[in-house]
Amino acid sequence: MSGAERVLRRPSRWRPYAGVVPLALFLLLLFVYPIVDLLWLSFFDKAGEPSTEHYGAVVANPVWFRVMLITFEIAGWTTIFSVLAGYPVAYLLATSSESTRSRLLLWVMLPFWTSFLVRTFAWIVLLSQKGPLNRLVAALGLSDAPLSLIYNFTGTMIGMVHALMPLAVLTMLSVMTNIDPRLRGAAATLGARGGETFWRVYFPLSLPGVAAAALMVFITALGFFITPALLGGRRETMISQVIIIQVQDLLNWSFAGALSVVLLASALLIFILYDRLLGISTLSGEARAGTGRKTLLGRIGDAIGAAAVAVLGRICDIVQRAWEALRPPRGDRARRPMARGVLWLAGLAIIGFLVLPALVVIPVSLTGGNFVTFPPEGFSLRWYQEYLGSNVWVEATLRSFAVAALTGVLAMLLGVPAAFMLVRSRARAKTALIALILSPLIIPRIVVAVAVYVVYARIGLVGTSVGLVLGHTVLAVPYVVITMMAVLKTYDERLDQAAASLGASPWKTLTKVTFPLLRGGMIASFLFAFITSFDELTISLFVSGGLVSTLPRQMWNDMLLQVNPTLAAVSTTMLVIITAIILGAEYLRRRAVKA
Amino acid sequence: MTAKTKLKTVTLSKNYDSVVALAGADLEVREGEFVTLLGPSGSGKTTLLMMVAGLVQPSGGEVWIDGKLSTYLPPHLRDIGMVFQNYALFPHLTVAENIAFPLRMRRLAEAEIGKEVTRILELVQLPQVARRLPRELSGGQQQRIALARCLVYKPSIVLMDEPLGALDKKLRDQMQLEIKALQRRLGITVVYVTHDQEEAMTMSDRICLMNHAKIEQIDTPETLYFRPRTVFAADFLGDSNIFKARLAAGRLEGPGGLVVNGLRNGVGGPVTAIIRPESLRVLSNGEAAEGSAAGKLENVVFVGGFMRLFVRLSDGTILQAKGATAPGLTLPPPGDAVRLGWPAAATVLIPEGGAA
Repeated sequence: MSGAERVLRRPSRWRPYAGVVPLALFLLLLFVYPIVDLLWLSFFDKAGEPSTEHYGAVVANPVWFRVMLITFEIAGWTTIFSVLAGYPVAYLLATSSESTRSRLLLWVMLPFWTSFLVRTFAWIVLLSQKGPLNRLVAALGLSDAPLSLIYNFTGTMIGMVHALMPLAVLTMLSVMTNIDPRLRGAAATLGARGGETFWRVYFPLSLPGVAAAALMVFITALGFFITPALLGGRRETMISQVIIIQVQDLLNWSFAGALSVVLLASALLIFILYDRLLGISTLSGEARAGTGRKTLLGRIGDAIGAAAVAVLGRICDIVQRAWEALRPPRGDRARRPMARGVLWLAGLAIIGFLVLPALVVIPVSLTGGNFVTFPPEGFSLRWYQEYLGSNVWVEATLRSFAVAALTGVLAMLLGVPAAFMLVRSRARAKTALIALILSPLIIPRIVVAVAVYVVYARIGLVGTSVGLVLGHTVLAVPYVVITMMAVLKTYDERLDQAAASLGASPWKTLTKVTFPLLRGGMIASFLFAFITSFDELTISLFVSGGLVSTLPRQMWNDMLLQVNPTLAAVSTTMLVIITAIILGAEYLRRRAVKA
Repeated sequence: MTAKTKLKTVTLSKNYDSVVALAGADLEVREGEFVTLLGPSGSGKTTLLMMVAGLVQPSGGEVWIDGKLSTYLPPHLRDIGMVFQNYALFPHLTVAENIAFPLRMRRLAEAEIGKEVTRILELVQLPQVARRLPRELSGGQQQRIALARCLVYKPSIVLMDEPLGALDKKLRDQMQLEIKALQRRLGITVVYVTHDQEEAMTMSDRICLMNHAKIEQIDTPETLYFRPRTVFAADFLGDSNIFKARLAAGRLEGPGGLVVNGLRNGVGGPVTAIIRPESLRVLSNGEAAEGSAAGKLENVVFVGGFMRLFVRLSDGTILQAKGATAPGLTLPPPGDAVRLGWPAAATVLIPEGGAA
């Protein structure tokens, strides 16, 4: 094509989509197709004839029904506790100054990214019958017999809430930071005390965040298996565990498919219900557009809600009035905001609950004894020698690094152009594309894993590192796109236009202006993708096929067999690596967004 | 005016770490008065207002509201009303519920609340929007509802933080007059923050001009405009010609042969002189004036109702004059030699190293 021709030709109408096409194709091929395929497979019996026998089995066998019930029960309680305990933390963060918020946020992010396996291992140590918690209880004389905190519902709850509360906090925070801080000031000048301001103004406005957090936690909890398997008893068997057994031990893929479909359908049903009631846009923290006329049910709900917050507000107000009567505020002396102090105390206690338990793996890994004990017996580095002297562990570690690095590269190659397009073009299909890209985060991971496994098995990707990288990229790419979109939104596109007007070609503009300015955000995205892969167990569980083990996979195998101090050494190593990466990524991301 | 004092601040100050947001502000507002805090951004005007409201804790000094020491009193015990920059209407409550909010906080009976809401909505001429949500209203309507919410409980002082900032020019002009009329009619005391000098001039009984975290001058709009006490005041309000000059025995000698005779000011020495462009006019041949300067017409700009003339004096100083326009007027061509004249009384002198 001659230059003149190029100038004269109008850009094709597909051009705005160019950046997102590779990613969309990738996801269609390795994410959407396998899931549809799994759905399809579940409608065939073992002989390959079309049938609904699997669904019949799910309904007919009371064991499966009980598993579903338990799954919902555990997910439900996890949601309630995560949201209740997460709310004060999110509120504290949202109402603090910018600098305080970003400092506190780091302590919520850290457990969010820290390996579930490491955290679960820590709980095994802490909650065991001779563990530090029971020792403390005995020392204080609170109970004669040791409390059973593990291998039952209590243990499962502690582990699940610990795992998912950061997600609840982050989701609520995204809504709360959009609440105009002046509204609280306005309520105060209009004569409202703290209690009335919170219940009548802040709380109703934060409710979409609460609902979104509940949704995210519930759906994620539905697909959990690590925590109930390691901290729960026989009763606490969740559907994902059953799926794993069907795939790994019984090789009954189509039945596993049926169970996955049931799980997926429950998740989607809840999602649709949520959308009907509140609208999906609240998930991203955006306020609802015009609500339109409400249904009768909606109006009744509103009336009950308004009455409830009025009563709660009034109760708090009566208490505060009584306090004011007891100790009248004085015009000549600064007052100490007591409620704020209580909030800080509660917030820090909950953040401590999130951050501190994982640290127990460090002393345990340094024990001189032969067993996992806390406090450790003596000091030695022998378990690190054990770890680094073991071929299995070293190979798994190196493979995890390699797979994570390749996943990071691939996720960047696919995600960065897509993020550019999603931020900059006004393509109409944008919302649908964002939904597609983010859906690997919302669909229960176990479903993705089974679906990917079944397709891989057919084309010989099981037991290969390539298979691991492709599978992990599906899960990592949403984080890359989210991070890059956030960074790009703060990037002034006029800088590119300026470069172009000064004579730089599109390629030169990209490499000399855009990328250097976005470097921090890009490194951060890469690191988030790296960690997603480094810490991934679900897909690795199936895809590694027992041949190419990754670090989490190896940890899982060991933990199922027997808890040993080598695991503590491995956990400590993982904790250190992940913490370093998260701190680095966060530092770079913040610098990138600020600049 | 002998009305009683509604609000008084005594050396009120605020520091954020090492940054001084407000340094020792003394302000007194009388009952029924409309006082505007005017200044560029970062001058401390909003900080001052927020400390009066009780939303920001002072670092030092005192706030007196209605004769009661209120420096550290929480906002809900101050009996103040506040209209915020973006209105801060509660987005989840209807207009009526928004307006009822302060009345509920004061534990009024529901029947009375209903009556009050209706009354105030009629006062702001929006009785038809009671059941709508704030986001369903236009900017101007939201502004009026914010005002209604603040007036409905008859607070002792009404504070307004750039309440018209988000409106377009036409609506802003209209709302200025409306708010002013309402304030006069109800006799409310208002402390108003703006960075728009025209708005301040239109609405205020007195203007408190602020700069660099300090109060520069508090006066009526006329005094502030024609008798600025500092160069900043002269420069901030309207256009002005500002130059250094020497004063001796009632005669001022400025740059480029500029002279002013017949000044009553007895003090001599170096001064800064300020003359408003509208005081200057082009002298015809042989015409004399107390103040005069000769130069070359550099540029003439037609601005509709008036024109701006820029005259370069022999030393390069440029004087700006404003002249009236009328249909059929031909603008004088640039390059002409002209003489400008003005009365001695229009010359404001600020002693060098003094208040400026």
